[in-house]
Amino acid sequence: MLNWAALIIFALMLASYIMARQRAVALGGDTPAILHSRPTYHGAYVAICTALAGFGVLLIGLILSNIAIGTALVSSVPDALSPIERDLVISDGIAIANDTLASRTDELRETIAALYTKLTTLQIWGITIASIAAAVFAMLRGIGSVAVPFRARNRFEHIVGLILMVSAGIAILTTIGIVASLLGQTIVFFSDIPVWKFLFGTHWSPLSGVHEGTMDPDKVGAIPLFAGTLMITIIAMIVAVPIGLFAAIYLSDFASARARSIIKPMLEILAGIPTVVYGFFAAITVAPFLRDTGAAIGLSVSSESALAAGVVMGIMIIPFISSLSDDVINAVPQSLRDGSYGLGATKAETIRNVILPAALPGIMSAVLLGVSRAIGETMIVVMAAGQGANLTHNPLEAVTTVTVQIVALITGDTEASTAAGPAFSLGFTLFCITLIFNVWALALVRKYREVYD
Amino acid sequence: MNAPASALNTDDAIKFRCENVNVWYGPTHAIKNNDIAIHDNSVTAFIGPSGCGKSTFLRCLNRMNDTIDICRVTGTLLLDGQDIYSKDIDPVQLRARVGMVFQKPNPFPKSIYDNVGYGPRIHGLARNKVELDEIVEDSLRAAGLWDEVKDRLAAPGTGLSGGQQQRLCIARAIATRPEVLLMDEPCSALDPIATETVEELISTLGERFCVVIVTHSMQQANRISQRTAFFHLGDLVEYDTTDAIFSTPKDERTIGYVSGRFG
Ligand SMILES: Nc1ncnc2c1ncn2[C@@H]1O[C@H](COP(=O)(O)OP(=O)(O)OP(=O)(O)O)[C@@H](O)[C@H]1O
Ligand SMILES: [Mg+2]
Repeated sequence: MLNWAALIIFALMLASYIMARQRAVALGGDTPAILHSRPTYHGAYVAICTALAGFGVLLIGLILSNIAIGTALVSSVPDALSPIERDLVISDGIAIANDTLASRTDELRETIAALYTKLTTLQIWGITIASIAAAVFAMLRGIGSVAVPFRARNRFEHIVGLILMVSAGIAILTTIGIVASLLGQTIVFFSDIPVWKFLFGTHWSPLSGVHEGTMDPDKVGAIPLFAGTLMITIIAMIVAVPIGLFAAIYLSDFASARARSIIKPMLEILAGIPTVVYGFFAAITVAPFLRDTGAAIGLSVSSESALAAGVVMGIMIIPFISSLSDDVINAVPQSLRDGSYGLGATKAETIRNVILPAALPGIMSAVLLGVSRAIGETMIVVMAAGQGANLTHNPLEAVTTVTVQIVALITGDTEASTAAGPAFSLGFTLFCITLIFNVWALALVRKYREVYD
Repeated sequence: MNAPASALNTDDAIKFRCENVNVWYGPTHAIKNNDIAIHDNSVTAFIGPSGCGKSTFLRCLNRMNDTIDICRVTGTLLLDGQDIYSKDIDPVQLRARVGMVFQKPNPFPKSIYDNVGYGPRIHGLARNKVELDEIVEDSLRAAGLWDEVKDRLAAPGTGLSGGQQQRLCIARAIATRPEVLLMDEPCSALDPIATETVEELISTLGERFCVVIVTHSMQQANRISQRTAFFHLGDLVEYDTTDAIFSTPKDERTIGYVSGRFG
């Protein structure tokens, strides 16, 4: 029913566009220039008004009537029942009304089902009629308003501006919402556990005491996780920065146009490989290889090592760094290269003395963005880095990271609400760290832009 | 003073002798079989309508065209009797001898000092800091910029005004002690006052170096050069003393151009 309403509103929108446009054309007659707005703007304005009125009533009607139905159902249940029983009765009633499986059928449930059927029928008819009426009303009014001096263009652009603003607003509000909920949960968690025990404690097994209903503040020290994340990030950057940077220099200053047209897309494909693939590559290929090689030369490498995870993560980040660096190196004006070659500098001297210094802020920001990816990366470390919170400086041992522990907490057996505290706190910490890196990177890029604009 | 055409071959030693020079950009024939002898210790101006190949020819003289993939140069170009396109010439060394100043000032994003010291450093012209200081000061003085920047040598070269930047680029070019200085429209981005400073500078440099300058301003060519070459659609139409080119041009096309009838 409601989808028919939507379809009719859509048709009305098209019709109103055509009619308003036609009317404007007719008004313009032989001298269309006397119209303040082009006929298409008249059409677009009326069409957008029709659509907004129709779909607006539809949407708001649905939201409000659902709330109203909910309240009506609740008030039809005797007060004697507990909230949990009440919810069960209501959901059974709805199930009966929809002909699906209810846990039990009795008189009360049947009444509720009947009430529900009655109300929803009313709701659907009401909304259908109201929304179509609103659309028709907006359409007639809009077509009536078509006139020579009518500023349809200005109004249409105003409405479009508002729609764009609302879209941007949704993105921002979502972000704020997520950060606020992270922050809220984190504050709740820290009301039980002192912040410094979390930030500086060295023992991590937050769920070891929860079946007794308490969380031991001495067992939520996140230092081993931070240390593990740091170690893997450093290993990843040791792999990714030189290779990525050299690849970028090769691409921008040495590769022929042909080589470049092949290699650049290949690097971008590398960037498109899902991290879960890198993850099992690390766990199944790289880690055993490192373990066997280590054994061959007398080193004991654990089968889940920071090294394996870090190296594979570095490979994952290479295209990221090379692609961004390639962009900034290419943005160094050709005139600077010419200036250097014109002084008798070689290619290597030009790259070292002119291009890299000029591109350095941009390269730095690529590296920082790479770091923030490495810190937040999850799949590779889940598969290849290990679970145990092991505080070590040996990259050949297993370590765990912040992201791994969040996964373990949320997907583990423990009741989600209990595990949420430490998980949210870790998430919030992670968010803060990556935010700092991203802001820093952006600031560098902005500074870099100013030099050449 | 109306120097006779024969003065071309008697005045100064010949620095560049170019014969049958042809340049192609892919299928485009940009320079067509040109001969020219460029003299030492004087200023030679290249003039001609846009797209006639002035920059292309200039860039042949220090092999900057090597950096363009599709560009192909044939013919003989002798610098002091030595073929600069022969196998045993390293273009990098050639460019240290034949310096270049570009149309748009292009200081490196480094300090003023490092901009000027760039060439001497990569060519090892200074044995120590004192010598480098000296080269930097001499070059900046020669470019007429010393008094304006001597108190802020550590400031970035990109922070100077357009005219100052162009003089910085000139200082940078002469700091490598080149024998020839090529300038491609060095004043086109400058205001009249900065232009005047740079023109004076070019005149002075012409007494010590072989200077070749591309310009769109005939007054400028007239003011600062001893010889002028007129290019048209890839042909070197006429080459003579500046006075002769502007007072008694021989070719129809030159007459048209210098009298401002086309261009
Ligand atoms: N990099 C290049 N690739 C292809 N063709 C080029 C290139 N550079 C120059 N040309 C062509 O060569 C011809 C000569 O160009 P050139 O830049 O030498 O002219 P110009 O006399 O310096 O002109 P202007 O006074 O406008 O600077 C032109 O037809 C131009 O289109
Ligand atoms: Mg040019």
